[in-house]
Amino acid sequence: MAKKFLSGNEAFAYGIRLARPQVISAYPITPQTIVVEKLSEFVEDGSLKAEFIHVESEHSALSCAMGASSVGARAFTATSSQGLLYMAEGLPYAAGGRFPIVMMNANRSTALPWNIYGDQRDSISQLDSGWIQAYAENAQEALDLALMSFYIAEHKKVSTPFMANLDGFVLTHTYEVADVPSQQQADEFLPAFETENKMSLDTPKNLGFSAGPDTNTYFKYKEHIGILNVKEVVREAEERFEKVFGRHYTGLTESYRTEDADYILITLGSISGLVREVVDKLRNQGRKAGLLRIRYLRPFPNEEIADALKNAKAAAVLEKDISFGNEGTVYTNVNSALQKAGISIPVSDYIGGLGGKNISAEEIEGIFSSIAKEKTVVEFLGIGGEDSGG
Amino acid sequence: MAVNAKTLNETEFFYGHKACAGCGGSLAVRIALKVLGENSFAVLPAGCMSAVGFNFPQLCFGNNAIISTFAGTASMLTGVEAGLRAQGITDFHAVGFAGDGGTADIGLQALSGAIDRNDDILYICYDNEAYMNTGIQKSSLTPFGARTTTTPAGKNIHGNLRPKKNMFEIVAAHGIPYAATASVGYLNDFMRKVEKAKSIKGTKYIHILAPCPTGWGIKTNETVEAAKEVVDCGLWYLAEYENGEFTLNHRPKEFSSVESYLKKQSRFRHLTDNDIEIITASRDKKWEYINKNFR
Repeated sequence: MAKKFLSGNEAFAYGIRLARPQVISAYPITPQTIVVEKLSEFVEDGSLKAEFIHVESEHSALSCAMGASSVGARAFTATSSQGLLYMAEGLPYAAGGRFPIVMMNANRSTALPWNIYGDQRDSISQLDSGWIQAYAENAQEALDLALMSFYIAEHKKVSTPFMANLDGFVLTHTYEVADVPSQQQADEFLPAFETENKMSLDTPKNLGFSAGPDTNTYFKYKEHIGILNVKEVVREAEERFEKVFGRHYTGLTESYRTEDADYILITLGSISGLVREVVDKLRNQGRKAGLLRIRYLRPFPNEEIADALKNAKAAAVLEKDISFGNEGTVYTNVNSALQKAGISIPVSDYIGGLGGKNISAEEIEGIFSSIAKEKTVVEFLGIGGEDSGG
Repeated sequence: MAVNAKTLNETEFFYGHKACAGCGGSLAVRIALKVLGENSFAVLPAGCMSAVGFNFPQLCFGNNAIISTFAGTASMLTGVEAGLRAQGITDFHAVGFAGDGGTADIGLQALSGAIDRNDDILYICYDNEAYMNTGIQKSSLTPFGARTTTTPAGKNIHGNLRPKKNMFEIVAAHGIPYAATASVGYLNDFMRKVEKAKSIKGTKYIHILAPCPTGWGIKTNETVEAAKEVVDCGLWYLAEYENGEFTLNHRPKEFSSVESYLKKQSRFRHLTDNDIEIITASRDKKWEYINKNFR
């Protein structure tokens, strides 16, 4: 293991190199570019033996990755924002084809208006595409996720593509110290990709076929079961990971001081670090605050959320997403989890960080004060603009 | 030994499908796979051939085959080729079969990208001159004057207003290692071209004219005849591009009647003498260019 000073993108690229992908197809988009530049350098210097395909669009990036995966090759791509939307046709295609491709998505706002900074509307808009969706908090988790994503996606019980999300700039471009494991350790953790869902000379297959009304539900149900199986496979992957690398992860969610918390803030991604600090501050003041960080949005951690909130008096969701005409999508999902578990507490939704807008510690403290009022609200943070006199 | 009807592989790789009787596209796919053999990995986009061949559980390819997204024939083909090569597998042919819409319209960007990278793939465009799978709509390879469901022929507009996009020379302009035109009316020529493409490294493109009786309004037993006649009357030509040079493979001694070719097809039946003159003049201009620039 070697300690390195890395940005989130670079850390992820190191993780990908350790995973030995055989085909990488990628098209540049800010703020994802550094991960594919780094991988190009690894291919050039011979430290990564992969076919690097300079595709002419994101649509082709994913189409190419599917082609590689369909013959049993380990495939990686990366994108962001407009690029994710441009390849959107391929998302359910890859999931339905059960091609365990790994893709890094640098979370970025979507046009219009144009904006290159981070929010999570890009990936959350594709929540129903059938991909596993994970959200990293820091560079170390990004690197570790890069390695673990292949283990989970390629697992026989799963065989589902994996989207690893890193907050644009805040995580992709921020430098932190991260442990880079040795190749030997990585090989010990991650077995070679083996699948029967492939075309081969020994057993020719016809893949990507049509399934009419009589058989369609069967395939879609199997797809659903595959991604639900991630719940147990994540546990298996993280236990194995801890044995090899000594780092512990906590499954689909991460709880921080929630056990005895009255008021819990649920969020995801890089903002969690700041929320943790605010929780500590409030705890020092004798206020029973807690953080529940969602690490996986798909499969959705229904049970984990219900379990973490079962003794709370109230909660809120802080998310960088809005489903226009309704509310934040994470909020909708959280409410569904609580309703199914019979938990009836006030839960509010705070929509912030859109287009890279900073979320301050004061604002997070303000959210906790609002939660303590035990009322349900859906609010935007820091609207600004002329309408509000900004 | 040259591939011809006598020496052709007797194994069928594309059978049991539900293509319309007289389908030119399925003939092109069937013959190409016989030449390429069992180690073919075929990629077909959403379109006629995938619609007729991949209906679970009736899957009609004897070799490896997969449906790509409509725009993604070439890019998926690239992935298949790279994925196999990355695993040390070399004894295979990555071949794409896409129609005129899937090639010249929605798939053109991905195809251009693949040629630009010189990926080791063979791309075969079966050109039936319209979106036949969705019910005969105009593509950029629909010829001038043709009636389609989106270019109706009436008093004001006589069918499609634009000429066929020149895919062969667009592809050649990339500096591709090998490109060719062909017709299901001249199968020996097509087989020879597929055989040749097999042995060339890098990107190969074959554009084969493949009549669609349903869309063209001809009888199901007239497919091959129409595909011959379009070459004989000079509205299509058999050529190759290699090493930066164009070669004409077949020069009709004298052109057969353009009017006779057109009037046999219901999609052209509305054309006026003036329309036919325009088509004939554009043919003559094209051949002037061919005579000047092709060997």
